[in-house]
Amino acid sequence: MEPSELKRSKDSPNSDESTRRSSFPDEVLERVLSLLKSHRDRSSVSLVCKDWYNAERWSRTHVFIGNCYSVSPEIVARRFPKIRSVTLKGKPRFSDFNLVPENWGADIHAWLVVFAAKYPFLEELRLKRMAISDESLEFLAVSFPNFKALSLLSCDGFSTNGLAAIATHCKNLTELDIQENGIDDKGGSWLSCFPESFTSLEVLNFANLSSDINFDALERLVGRCKSMRVLKLNRSVSLEQLQRLLVNAPQLAELGTGSFSEELTFRQYVELESALSNCQNMHTLYGLWDAKGIYLPALYPVCTHLTFLNLSYAALRSDELAKLLAHCPRLKRLWVLDTVEDKGLEAVGLNCPLLEELRVFPADPFDEEIIHGVTEAGFVAVSFGCPRLQYVLYFCRQMTNAAVATIVQNCPDFTHFRLCIMNPGQPDYITNEPMDEAFGAVVKTCTKLQRLSVSGRLTDLTFEYIGRYAKNLETLSVAFAGSSDWGMQCVMGGCSKLRKLEIRDCPFGNAALLSGLEKYESMRSLWMSACNVTMNGCRLLAREMPRLNVEVMKEDGSDDSQADKVYVYRSIAGPRRDAPPSVLTL
Amino acid sequence: MERRVNYENDLNLMATELRLGLPGCGDDEPQRKTNPSIRNNKRTAPEISEVSSSESSSSITMYGSDDQDSPPPAKEQVVGWPPIRSYRKNCLQSSKRNEVEGMGMYVKVSVDGAPYLRKIDLKVYRSYPQLLKALENMFKLTIGAYSKREGYNGSDYAPTYEDKDGDWMLVGDVPWEMFISSCKRLRIMKGSEARGLGCV
Repeated sequence: MEPSELKRSKDSPNSDESTRRSSFPDEVLERVLSLLKSHRDRSSVSLVCKDWYNAERWSRTHVFIGNCYSVSPEIVARRFPKIRSVTLKGKPRFSDFNLVPENWGADIHAWLVVFAAKYPFLEELRLKRMAISDESLEFLAVSFPNFKALSLLSCDGFSTNGLAAIATHCKNLTELDIQENGIDDKGGSWLSCFPESFTSLEVLNFANLSSDINFDALERLVGRCKSMRVLKLNRSVSLEQLQRLLVNAPQLAELGTGSFSEELTFRQYVELESALSNCQNMHTLYGLWDAKGIYLPALYPVCTHLTFLNLSYAALRSDELAKLLAHCPRLKRLWVLDTVEDKGLEAVGLNCPLLEELRVFPADPFDEEIIHGVTEAGFVAVSFGCPRLQYVLYFCRQMTNAAVATIVQNCPDFTHFRLCIMNPGQPDYITNEPMDEAFGAVVKTCTKLQRLSVSGRLTDLTFEYIGRYAKNLETLSVAFAGSSDWGMQCVMGGCSKLRKLEIRDCPFGNAALLSGLEKYESMRSLWMSACNVTMNGCRLLAREMPRLNVEVMKEDGSDDSQADKVYVYRSIAGPRRDAPPSVLTL
Repeated sequence: MERRVNYENDLNLMATELRLGLPGCGDDEPQRKTNPSIRNNKRTAPEISEVSSSESSSSITMYGSDDQDSPPPAKEQVVGWPPIRSYRKNCLQSSKRNEVEGMGMYVKVSVDGAPYLRKIDLKVYRSYPQLLKALENMFKLTIGAYSKREGYNGSDYAPTYEDKDGDWMLVGDVPWEMFISSCKRLRIMKGSEARGLGCV
């Protein structure tokens, strides 16, 4: 405590503050503040006064950085001396859909170098959309002796060699969570790098990888890690192997199966069912790759206490889903493929009254000949049966204004409403009108709405509605929509809590861009691509708002005056120095 | 990237319309075709894109009002749309390849001396070792390891298959993909007959 006391007396020489301090010792304040987990609460606390700012920064152990370029690692280390856990997000979200050029940036290495010096006791690192190399992973593995948890989501730049380094060196590892990354899968030998003496793993997720791993090594690893509660296997693990793992790990709370489709003898099936029924703590089920309907009954014993079921890699038919859901009364979160069709969604409405989250992914997103999938009818059916719905992600090929109005009337508690009508600019297929009234209904009825993704043919009216009613909106995604600058101006003027705005292929130009001048500093970021913004507009923005980074990504062969892709974000670290040539900072 | 977009009067459907024209015909946004990153979105299975490009101007005009007749449509795929992560796209494509080639590939398996035959789905396996292990499990026997010179010498059983020409072949000689496409049924031979195969 002594060094911190010294620091504090240097910071507050004011005698008034010292009398205040004696009536409320800093140690107490720090102790109280250390109970605060939410980073937003902590931000608020740090704004109260200098004492509180200092107490907060000394008690913070976890830092969340939503945009890695908004701040530099040196600034973070200076402000927060006792960090044990870091969450970092890098590239703009549209990089998931190939809209961001390669080598854009968001490399973790500079951060790791600073952390190695300032946070030698770092325990957790969670990265989303960052670039991370094998060298960085090796550096991480050897630089932090207490390192416990690594989570990589939607990252790229590394291979299984990097994972081998983690497995080899991190003696205290409790969590290795590799999700949906662009990973170079060079083989499964990394798993065998966990030493035989290693027993601390609680979370292991390697579903992302496709290579075969050494099953014996995995079986021994699972067998000796008695605290393991999350195990997500990859596709190469067979049903028979799954059964052998489960026999040794009945304590699992979350399971991602491997491939669910091989032939089983009757005895093998019975053994699998028995192993699953012993898993009394299991509340989450993933994987089920290529699941064949006939083996799903083996899951029934687990289904009764399931709260999260992710079937988004299992192309089930409606009857198969219906049979399964009849056993899942406690389900709160469900992800499915649209192969289940509207009939399958009717079964959701009938069987899962506690449902809070539904995601329906398209099995054939790029084939426009397909006329299957889900329609507005399925969504409406779910809304009648599941009034507690808060989060929906719905990919479909047709929708009507009336259906959406009914849906939100049944489910007014939506916080996240992401509707993707897959044909860009498609109107209400019955009335042929724009889908303005649909989203109008959403924002008028769902007062708690935080996140909205719109689609279909939309005029400026949609954005008038959003600006007028969506007062809690924080994230908005817009594509192929709007009629003029007025649309975006309504949003910038009306949505006071807006933090992230991403727009593509809309007729919004410089007037729209500049209408948000006052707003961008209170936002995390703005993305505009394939709109009507010009380089001059961007330059003007950059000139007027020096604390914003205004970056333009040019495409080959495009007009010099057009700003093809614009990414604007606030930053206290100044313009970045690691941008590739295709990214211009204005 | 030349955009002459008129938003004075109406909704300007043209900007958002998905059309079937070849690049260069009409005033559609040409840069989508030249955008290098579009290749990430193209379907990899050749047979699928052939099907779609041979369809004549079928019903996919979004708006009844605009009947632009186009020559044989090359379906333009918009980069990054629908918004699905690459990881999921890749998973779907590999599952789809299985489906396109037929729902499962069940072949009969007979074992000399067994009272009845079984059926297995060859699509489920991705290599010879996986298949052989499954057969060993299913029939409770040992087939052993394959070698180019000796076949399955050293074991009482030898896995064979009938190919498209009606000939009985030893499992393991040809690459897996070739085997999958030519295997019509399996027979696990036993005893002296099997050992005889190893000496050929």
